Amino acid sequence: MSDMREPGHSGRLSMLSAAWVIARRDFVAILFSRAFFFFLLGPLFPVLVGILAGSVGQRVQQTAQSPEIGLVMAEADARRILAAREALAARLGESVPRMTLVHALAKGEDYEPRSALEGRAANIAAILSGTAEAPELTGPRTRIESWRGPVAMVAAQAQAGELAPWPKVRLETTTSSSATERRGRLTTAQGAQTLLFLLTMMLAGMVLSNLVEEKGNKIIEVLAAAIPMEAVFMGKLFAMLGVSLVGIATWGATVGAVLLAGSSVLPTLTTPAVGWPMLVVLGVVYFATAYLLLGSVFLAVGSLATTVREVQTLSMPVTMVQLLVFFLASYAMTQPGTAIEYFALIFPFSAPFAMLARAAQDPALLPHIPAVLAQCAWVLLLVRLGSALFRKRVMKSGPAGVKKARRSLFMRKAGAKV
Amino acid sequence: MTGNAPSRESAAKAPVSPDPARALAIEARGLIKSFDGTRAVDGVNLSVPEGAVYGILGPNGAGKTTTLRMVLGIIDPDAGVRRILGHDRPHEVAHTIGYLPEERGLYPAMKAVEAIAFLGALRGLPLKEGRRRGRELLERHGLGHAADRQIRQLSKGMAQQVQILGTLVHRPRLVIFDEPFSGLDALNQGRLEAMMRDLAAEGTTVIFSTHVIAHAERLCDEVAIIAGGQVPFAGSVDVARDRIPAQVRLETRAREGAWRAALPADARREGRFWYFPLPESGIEPLLRALIEGEAGILSLSIERAGLHDAFVAIAGEAAARAMGQDAPEETGS
Repeated sequence: MSDMREPGHSGRLSMLSAAWVIARRDFVAILFSRAFFFFLLGPLFPVLVGILAGSVGQRVQQTAQSPEIGLVMAEADARRILAAREALAARLGESVPRMTLVHALAKGEDYEPRSALEGRAANIAAILSGTAEAPELTGPRTRIESWRGPVAMVAAQAQAGELAPWPKVRLETTTSSSATERRGRLTTAQGAQTLLFLLTMMLAGMVLSNLVEEKGNKIIEVLAAAIPMEAVFMGKLFAMLGVSLVGIATWGATVGAVLLAGSSVLPTLTTPAVGWPMLVVLGVVYFATAYLLLGSVFLAVGSLATTVREVQTLSMPVTMVQLLVFFLASYAMTQPGTAIEYFALIFPFSAPFAMLARAAQDPALLPHIPAVLAQCAWVLLLVRLGSALFRKRVMKSGPAGVKKARRSLFMRKAGAKV
Repeated sequence: MTGNAPSRESAAKAPVSPDPARALAIEARGLIKSFDGTRAVDGVNLSVPEGAVYGILGPNGAGKTTTLRMVLGIIDPDAGVRRILGHDRPHEVAHTIGYLPEERGLYPAMKAVEAIAFLGALRGLPLKEGRRRGRELLERHGLGHAADRQIRQLSKGMAQQVQILGTLVHRPRLVIFDEPFSGLDALNQGRLEAMMRDLAAEGTTVIFSTHVIAHAERLCDEVAIIAGGQVPFAGSVDVARDRIPAQVRLETRAREGAWRAALPADARREGRFWYFPLPESGIEPLLRALIEGEAGILSLSIERAGLHDAFVAIAGEAAARAMGQDAPEETGS
């Protein structure tokens, strides 16, 4: 210990420097943790589930939605009908129902069409009997009603023989109609909102786990003794923000690489009103504010809890409320100019979602400046409130054993005469 | 050093520096803190001179940790004033303070040297310098081999030593240890005591809380006894011991005789010896009476009370008072 009194190099830390010490530690710790690896893989799971569900659904749909009409008629009639159907399908595509010969009637044979429908494993949804001149369709009402027209058309074509030449239609294409553009931007806005919501929730949960872990490690008192709690909160929030930006950059690079590779896997979205680059910039800004707001609420919640179970119990209502806020912002997006939209734009927790949706639909950039400033003010306020609550709640006693002991003989009740 | 807690009114009026000739590392007046309606600290006064080794003694749950947390600015008092190294706001001088909390904690995945550097960085020491000093401290304390091992790979005692070194890496002027000896084996307790003495010799103010009185008796210049959220005693160890009268141990040849009248009423006999508190009139009149009464004195010694006895007596009185004050409240009066 002989050099303990040598002049040291330490000096008083400013609030920002203190927050930086925490942020740097957390950033490095999280970046090299397994949690970050799973965070990076996180978006892959919904994509994989979506692809799997999509392909299974498509297969089911294909199987379920390829019903055929079974032909029960004389072979010559059946051949004419089938030839007419093939000729029409070549021009009209899948709108002409598929047909297959179920039973060729012998001369004078009596056959009940209903019996052909029963007990068949194939996709025979209706039976066409009679002749090309007098066709008869047997099957469930909704099905035969929808097939009445196409069957009549096929029968008429069977009677007519060769297909008459059709005139060539000249095609004049436009980018989109105003209706489709509006719908497309709405879809883009919806996509941006959903992405923002999922990211925010995922990160706020992570910052909460981080704080609980810290309380478990019992290092929080060391931090609280050395630097203001506001700095601890700020450091933690910004470390996680930094981690998330690394994650977003990684995902962005991956998506960019896929796009460059010319993949058509990604859905094509309508260009947002402010353009893609500005939407990305605003998306990052609103993501940061949404996350900082929710993160500070979760940290305040974390300060009330001492165990993971308590954290889950306490954070559940916050998550539910945030889900409602997300629904509010989604609904408000479809109601431009209404009181609901203005409320969603002003209310701090829905504002990032609502403003991002607005950016996708409205090219005006000016309203985003006060919105971002207001968000920053809310973040500062919530961080202050959260850290005050933390100071009030977390450091209220010594370890569990001491709590028990406090109830012992040396305990004094509040209000006792001093 | 003032002793018993004054009333809240007088505490509020108390001067911030009662002894201007002696700089105070910590001064607290009338600190009060309640949690959920329970008063944990009830008007604590502390005056810790700079350069002292100061012990805060008290039974479990007495309010030691809460007092230290208020002094350090981890929590704010409900009432009262505190000054630490001359500042009202503890975080302003955080870079000159070292603190080891009762509940030790480090990041399990951090290497020992990084943990020390991080604790230094929290107190304003650049990381690079913190790493350099961390390695140096670990080497000096026989933990050089553990410098690059993760905290989770160290034994509990080693991790605790790492945290202690992290508490000192920025070379603080004031070090506060909350129950520093708990969790350490006897060998490491001895090392920590030596470290505290070294710190004091270098001019660092050392404050530690404990409920093991022997450490305080060996190390402290002054102590404060906290019981029931109050400070029934604060002063030098000698003054604390003097609160308990010295005990006389007497061995006589005669079993009975006129000399017996010279013994106080509360004298008790254990084997060949008589034990009783030293009379207020002193030893000489007693000695004279024993000789005149032909006691046949074989041996007579005066045994001064230890700090442990003083602590038990003082804390016990305080507890009894607290119970007495609590009792009417419990009956609703």
